[in-house]
Amino acid sequence: MGSIETPDVGLGDYKWGFHDEENPVIKTERGLDEDIIRQISAHKGEPQWMLDFRLESYEIFKSKPMPNWGADLTGIDFDEIYYYLKPAEANARSWDDVPETIKNTFERLGIPEAERKFLAGVGAQYESEVIYHSLKTELEDQGVLFLDTDQALLQHEDLFREHWATIIPPADNKFAALNSAVWSGGSFIYVPPGVRIEQPLQAYFRINAQNMGQFERTLIIVDEGAYVHYVEGCTAPTYSSDSLHSAVVEILVKKGGRCRYTTIQNWSNNVYNLVTKRAVAEEDATMEWVDGNLGSKVTMKYPAVILKGERAHGEILSIAFAGEGQHQDAGGKVTHVAPNTTSVITSKSISKDGGRSSYRGLLRVNKDAEESKSKVVCDALIIDPESRTDTYPYINIAADQVDIGHEATVSKLGEEQIYYLMSRGLSEAEASALIVAGFIEPITKELPLEYAVELNRLIQLQMEGSVG
Amino acid sequence: MPDLVIRNLHATIADTDTEILKGIDLEMSRGEIHAIMGPNGSGKSTLSHVLMGHPGYEVTAGEVLFMGEDLLDMAADERSRAGLFLSFQYPFAVPGVTVANFIRMAVNAHRKGGPDGADDPIRIPEFRKQLQEAMELLEIDKSMSSRSLNDGFSGGEKKRFEILQMAMLKPKIAILDETDSGLDIDALRIVSGGINALVGDDMGALIITHYQRILDHVKPDRIHVLMDGRIVRSGGPELAHELEASGYAGIAEEVSA
Repeated sequence: MGSIETPDVGLGDYKWGFHDEENPVIKTERGLDEDIIRQISAHKGEPQWMLDFRLESYEIFKSKPMPNWGADLTGIDFDEIYYYLKPAEANARSWDDVPETIKNTFERLGIPEAERKFLAGVGAQYESEVIYHSLKTELEDQGVLFLDTDQALLQHEDLFREHWATIIPPADNKFAALNSAVWSGGSFIYVPPGVRIEQPLQAYFRINAQNMGQFERTLIIVDEGAYVHYVEGCTAPTYSSDSLHSAVVEILVKKGGRCRYTTIQNWSNNVYNLVTKRAVAEEDATMEWVDGNLGSKVTMKYPAVILKGERAHGEILSIAFAGEGQHQDAGGKVTHVAPNTTSVITSKSISKDGGRSSYRGLLRVNKDAEESKSKVVCDALIIDPESRTDTYPYINIAADQVDIGHEATVSKLGEEQIYYLMSRGLSEAEASALIVAGFIEPITKELPLEYAVELNRLIQLQMEGSVG
Repeated sequence: MPDLVIRNLHATIADTDTEILKGIDLEMSRGEIHAIMGPNGSGKSTLSHVLMGHPGYEVTAGEVLFMGEDLLDMAADERSRAGLFLSFQYPFAVPGVTVANFIRMAVNAHRKGGPDGADDPIRIPEFRKQLQEAMELLEIDKSMSSRSLNDGFSGGEKKRFEILQMAMLKPKIAILDETDSGLDIDALRIVSGGINALVGDDMGALIITHYQRILDHVKPDRIHVLMDGRIVRSGGPELAHELEASGYAGIAEEVSA
């Protein structure tokens, strides 16, 4: 008992829409060209191979057309965006060394408090750079690496280069190419064999400036038999013009290892959120994506798992909430490469006030992946007749002897169901929030309590005003 | 004044001219058990939903006073918090919300906005104790409280959980809409036992039924026969046996004669 709280009524709109005064150390000109890429690289003091990688990626980005499927991206003007903004001189190890305004912002977001209470390590990115980073000493002593990706390149170049862009090459898609060209920040995690990190590591991404582009790059390597749960959260101020968030996340889970990656994305409604996330699971490894998309103007994101080793297991739990003016095009991709691999995709979407949510999933079972099992369940809940949901399940099976299940449901929030709950004394808003909370319960029960409470609170906030 | 006073109540299906209730008069108070009997389509369920505040019906004439207040002026949740309860004939499922969580929210909704305007959520140990006692009364297995409300429940289980909610919310007047339908003989005995244990000085029950079967277990003080949207006969418990003998057809002949 206790995971579903009584909704607070009358809290108001998007809570994180405030912004700080800009005081950048460095801010490149609007728009993108080779010169800007050279500036970013030079400023970071990168090795030559990384600059070459960036420039090659930029050529790929220019050569690729915009995706003509999924959400409408015509509102993106690449020339209007600021591609690099460094907000502070140093990446601090103590909150006391973070500039006051930025520190206050993260205080308002509750990050230092969460760190004290239940996290094993924290990274905080503000605009293009990680401005704060910490990891518990005992984990450092066990050889765990958790630092920002720029520092990882400088300090652990061999390990970095061995895995860099091996799972998501720049040519994967236009936005992966863009990220590869201008990436900055993100997390680099290495968990040595057999090390289990019981408390989550969390990174928090904040965009502050207008027309900002944030392009963090995350690389996680979970060695044999190791375990890590990584959590990311994201918010931005509300502006009348658009910002772009285009991240790339690559994960390698080695034999018998397990990685869980949880996202609670709550960008303001002027952010295009176009993210490529992919993991490779080796023999007996487990990869789990828990992907919550509540904010943004447009999200296109399909976390992927490649089940490369025998008996590897992949799991994708996706939840999308599309409100007014929002299009959440989310889902997941699983490729069964090795025999006896298993996967589960569970997608839940909610559409209201004219919002649109789409489930887009790809399940592929290669010829050699005999005896594989997969189950896909996608459920959509529509709150009002103005809203829309679509399902695009692609299934491609080349192996014999596989066990594949697919279920999809669409339900409407019913007047009579609300009346039933009201007849027990709940207000109309409480009744609809409760139905929605129950609908996403299969996802929230997988979250650590703190995040489950936060997710339910965000949903309740979104549900307000949906009923007269 | 009686706790519930219904005067000349007329109701249609919302946005239509289809009149279902054609002038109902009824009075009852806590401590009393009334039964409304009638054939299919006579308006029994409509009456229960109009009293509870179903959005699919429209009251076109008449008035209902509940504890001296204008009931028809209240939304369904306000009616509930004022002490009215409806045990649904077809309760809705709420997947992902456990019985215990749901009932606790409902109990807390009833404890909201007390005399000084402050909320007074029930303490969890106290809630658990009350829930356990009510579940024992209705012979519901303890493990059921962590299942999703009505999700995959059998018809009989749903009815038992309606009465469980009634036991926890302690209404002043409870309307029981076809609570006996779908119950086997053992379940009927348990549910009736629960109703008998709960009805008393602080609670009255309005039992809506097609058959007199439940009335062998729950003894009504008054019986009203509803036909074509009107109460055509009212009487004591003996009326149920008369109905049993002559059927609704017999009453219909007598009324039209």
